[in-house]
Amino acid sequence: MTDKRISIPRRTFIRGMGASAGVAVAGCSKTDPPTYGNLLRMGDNLTYKTHRLLLPEHSLAREYDYSDISSVPAIGTTNPADSNQLLFNPEHGQAYEHLLAGTFADWRLTVEGNVAKPGTFTLADLKRMTSRTQITRHTCEEGWSAIAQWTGVPLRAVLEACGMQQDAKFVEFHSYDAIADSVDMIDALHPQTILAYGMNGRDLPTGHGAPLRLRVERQLGYKSVKFIRKIVVANDFGDLGKGGPIGAGWAWYVGM
Amino acid sequence: MAEVAVPSNDIDAPADSDGHLRWVRVCHWIVVAGFFTLAVSGIFILMVYPRLHWGEVGNDLMPSILDLPISGNHRPDEYGTTTQFSATAGGPVSANRNYEIFNQNGWARSLHFLAAWLLVATGVIYVTAGLISGHVRRDLLPRIKELAPGAMWRDFKAHLRTQSKAALGGPPYGLLQKLIYFIVIFVALPLMVITGLSMAPAITAPFPILLDVFGGYQSARTIHFFCFAALLLFVIAHVVMVVMTGFWKQVRAMTLGK
Repeated sequence: MTDKRISIPRRTFIRGMGASAGVAVAGCSKTDPPTYGNLLRMGDNLTYKTHRLLLPEHSLAREYDYSDISSVPAIGTTNPADSNQLLFNPEHGQAYEHLLAGTFADWRLTVEGNVAKPGTFTLADLKRMTSRTQITRHTCEEGWSAIAQWTGVPLRAVLEACGMQQDAKFVEFHSYDAIADSVDMIDALHPQTILAYGMNGRDLPTGHGAPLRLRVERQLGYKSVKFIRKIVVANDFGDLGKGGPIGAGWAWYVGM
Repeated sequence: MAEVAVPSNDIDAPADSDGHLRWVRVCHWIVVAGFFTLAVSGIFILMVYPRLHWGEVGNDLMPSILDLPISGNHRPDEYGTTTQFSATAGGPVSANRNYEIFNQNGWARSLHFLAAWLLVATGVIYVTAGLISGHVRRDLLPRIKELAPGAMWRDFKAHLRTQSKAALGGPPYGLLQKLIYFIVIFVALPLMVITGLSMAPAITAPFPILLDVFGGYQSARTIHFFCFAALLLFVIAHVVMVVMTGFWKQVRAMTLGK
């Protein structure tokens, strides 16, 4: 099962090797991030393809000691219900206010797309599943870094519980703020990629993405989407509109 | 710095130079474009978080070793209430940032890495060609006996008094000239690449030794900055020397050959 899943992305990378050689100019396959003719996005894809070609798939990001835990600023959206915040989502921001007031008892994680059993999970459901706790470094694109302990359910376990199909290529994350993002299957199935509900031994604070945020430890901080409400398993690359990194003018892959 | 020796009148200068090799000239101007792009995009990136730290971590809620006055993004007073992570006071805290910052990293970061690809590819071609053709050994590598402190000191003083042999439109280079080019090509630029890679989470996962060598992500970032500052000083000194030895003559020699 594992081998088959991993062979799928690898095949796309071998296909992508030709593109890398040609400075990934085309990038026109639906399984590649679109460039829209933007030279910067072509450079991003060159980095992505090169990393996937040369770097081992299963390497773990460094994990630290409890004593290494540092102060952590909460930036970007710190409360999705606050309509004054830059990335307020008019469609879902209001709902967050109600969920926050009820300490997320009514919150549900929706999983849909290319899965045999689309469904919803309560916070209690997720906490009953297998859990992983890791002390890792959050590296922000701005240039700062912080170390914190994250506790959550491996994304892989949630995807498997929903019967993820083997031709899945990307996993998308939709937030209660205006952010949406996605990762490929190598990052999605990586053991350190977790849906975190705990931070430093407590429930995830609001500013850090309560009740559930993603942790993608081999990419920069903004891939670790906060305030998750929906996960979509996709066969093609969706650019996720203005809320996605490419639509907002940013690199999609930020392993760097 | 006023009196500049005119090359043709300088009796010490070798009679002539064969000029810069064609591939050296092409690589030179690609590196100029790449370095300029990296410098500008790098400064934009640094402006987003203009503070330098040592170790693995550093952020607005922690002390720095140096705050650069290049943007107003660090405003700790405008953070919200701090909350303790642990029961003991003085431990790590969290706080919400309640202000918008200057951030052009969407294009600046991607442009930085695009230019880095260009510079690394050019560097690999340059070093390979330089080793095969003998350019490195013949023109750049200082001889052991030349590296005597006395000889270097004499060349340094000669530069300060602008009495050094006037540069020709190509090799042979002077002692300090060779030494500086050698350090830039084989020490400073590779250090920029390696400290840059040490900031990439996808690279340090399989190669955590990078974090150990430099002392952490923030240390690598700080070294990256100071190495850039040194390279910028080199570029300034280099351009000053070019101007002093005949700007258009030198530009023509580096573009068209002789």
